[in-house]
Amino acid sequence: MASTPRAAEAPLASGARLKEVMGAHFAGVDRAARERSAPVAWCTSVGPVELLRALGYQVFFPENHGALLGATRMANEVMGRAHALGYSPDICSYLTSDIGSYLQGKTPLQRHGLSGAPRADLLLYSTNQCREVRDWFEFYGREWNVPVVGVTSFRDVGEVEPHHVDAIVRQLEGLVPTLESVAGRRLEGPRLEEAVALSRTSSDLWKSCLRAGAARPAALTFFDGTIHMGPAVVLRGTQEACDYYRLLEAELQARVRAGAGALPRERFRIYWDGMPVWGRLRDLGALFARLETSVVASTYCNSWVFDALDPRDPLRSMAQASLELFIARAEGPKHRYLESMVREFSVDGVLFHDSRTCPNNSNARFGLPQRLRRATGTPVLVIDGDLNDLRCFSDEQAHTNIEGFVEQLEGAGPRAPVSA
Amino acid sequence: MTRASCFAGIDSGSWNTKAALVDEQGRLLATAVVRTGADVPGAAERAFGELLGRAGVDRAAVASIWATGFGRHAVPLATGVRTELDSHARGALQFVPGPLTVIDIGGQDAKIILVDALGRRVGHKMNRKCASGTGSFLEEMALRLDSRIAEMPALASGFGEELDLGSFCTVFSGTEVLGLIRQGKRPADLARAAYRSVVKRVLEMERVEGTVVATGGVVAHHPMVVELLEVAIGARVTVPAHAQEIGALGVAIAALEAARSHAPADGA
Repeated sequence: MASTPRAAEAPLASGARLKEVMGAHFAGVDRAARERSAPVAWCTSVGPVELLRALGYQVFFPENHGALLGATRMANEVMGRAHALGYSPDICSYLTSDIGSYLQGKTPLQRHGLSGAPRADLLLYSTNQCREVRDWFEFYGREWNVPVVGVTSFRDVGEVEPHHVDAIVRQLEGLVPTLESVAGRRLEGPRLEEAVALSRTSSDLWKSCLRAGAARPAALTFFDGTIHMGPAVVLRGTQEACDYYRLLEAELQARVRAGAGALPRERFRIYWDGMPVWGRLRDLGALFARLETSVVASTYCNSWVFDALDPRDPLRSMAQASLELFIARAEGPKHRYLESMVREFSVDGVLFHDSRTCPNNSNARFGLPQRLRRATGTPVLVIDGDLNDLRCFSDEQAHTNIEGFVEQLEGAGPRAPVSA
Repeated sequence: MTRASCFAGIDSGSWNTKAALVDEQGRLLATAVVRTGADVPGAAERAFGELLGRAGVDRAAVASIWATGFGRHAVPLATGVRTELDSHARGALQFVPGPLTVIDIGGQDAKIILVDALGRRVGHKMNRKCASGTGSFLEEMALRLDSRIAEMPALASGFGEELDLGSFCTVFSGTEVLGLIRQGKRPADLARAAYRSVVKRVLEMERVEGTVVATGGVVAHHPMVVELLEVAIGARVTVPAHAQEIGALGVAIAALEAARSHAPADGA
């Protein structure tokens, strides 16, 4: 199991470009909102953004804002304002963080020169991931008196059937008049095809980057992935995303060719299912590095891979892609997917993060870890926590769980009584 | 004993710091238990000092000291660490061969550890964030019953009626107890109900199969927990000698095994 690869000499050099790309994105949306130079829409992270791109919207993704609030640990300073307004501590802590941030006028976007999240002319959701996104957007719809439109998607989908796709396509078509009205322009087929083509290209490039985790030692870990996935979320359907992932892909492929791992030494390989614990990303990354254990792949980072997108059939392929998402699927397809990940990334163990306020991204609640362990023989671990709400996370317990799991992987048996 | 031929384990727990000393054959020489308090390194020093005194050996006789427990990374004496999960499994295996299920109920957490026939740990569960199912829960219940935790076994032994405390939450359970007191329920029955609650919360964590070994301070000092465990699972539960110090013993054995194999001391 132990390997002694050459150590990666430095963090990913693409990180500098990533900061520029993300900074330009925030500045661009903010400028459009302030100067009224382009319509501004908010979109859910796996919503039908290509329609917005084709209509010339500048697009803001509040889940990305939620992640920033979590990563900066500002979330716990602000979410109480949302609780006091009636948004329960038991619902999505992205939602409560973001609304709390709005109410308190405090946001990590201020570090990017913004005074707050840009005000939207329209909010576009898809419930393919959860119902909360709609409730979240409706708060702002009431605040700003702007349209809130979206797709009410299927959940717990077994096989994606044509009737599912038909229903989503009809909803997408039904959105167009409102999107056109707010944008003040007509949707043109070639522009939609172009946006879908760009989404597909950036998705393919991001997928290729994630494959660097399959190398042994892994050239990319989950912890780096959660940072570098920014453009896959906020710039899907743009040339900027494609350009960034070409840069990152080249750097990762060079690492793989050089046999350089993301960690100086890799003894074990772990798959992470569920949300990141944003406020403990660095801490958990350091813990796994100390344990010489690479978190080589994750459901979360893979969730911005859209293999079905096809510019030759834009709406239908968008519908298909939105329904194929892991989060929208039933336990059977989820199980099969995780089994394939265990094989593809040669993992020694699977960690399930049971995120208190994100049931839709928590897959340890219906016996899936136990079934996966039986089917693959791969050890599993469940840790309790949350994406943003650190009141739901115990550092001590998480560390003991993870360290104990790695000890388990070390095997160190058989252990007859030494004094026998 | 002047040659460095002993191995010490220190289990830095939330309530108590336990220490154990084994010789190079793995035979237990002595144990010690001190309150952890607010000075984790200091408690480890005190436990170690008491351990040496009880064993009648010099510091120079100790080849290495390893630590476990929640404060394992805050024990400057230690040159190696293992989690409580590893240490309790290792300690239990000194008394009972695998396959076995170790149920450890400590002050701050409860664990179920699964060990296969070869003595390898194959899985574990820990309680979620709440104190229910732990010693802290019993301490809170003792407070509600105007008692002390050390008096709970005697109090509960006078029970006459089986009562249930239903909440996952320790604070809500305290409220339940207050409600039951208002209804005229007897403290002895409520103390028994607190033990029943601990057992229920623990057994909800994981399926318990095969030989069951119970460890930890709660088990060592509250025998009714073991009785109730046996009733609940319909099988005998083994409580090894030194159940409270089993983690310290386990990590001392880990230190010994590392010395034998020259394995690196992970995470020290």
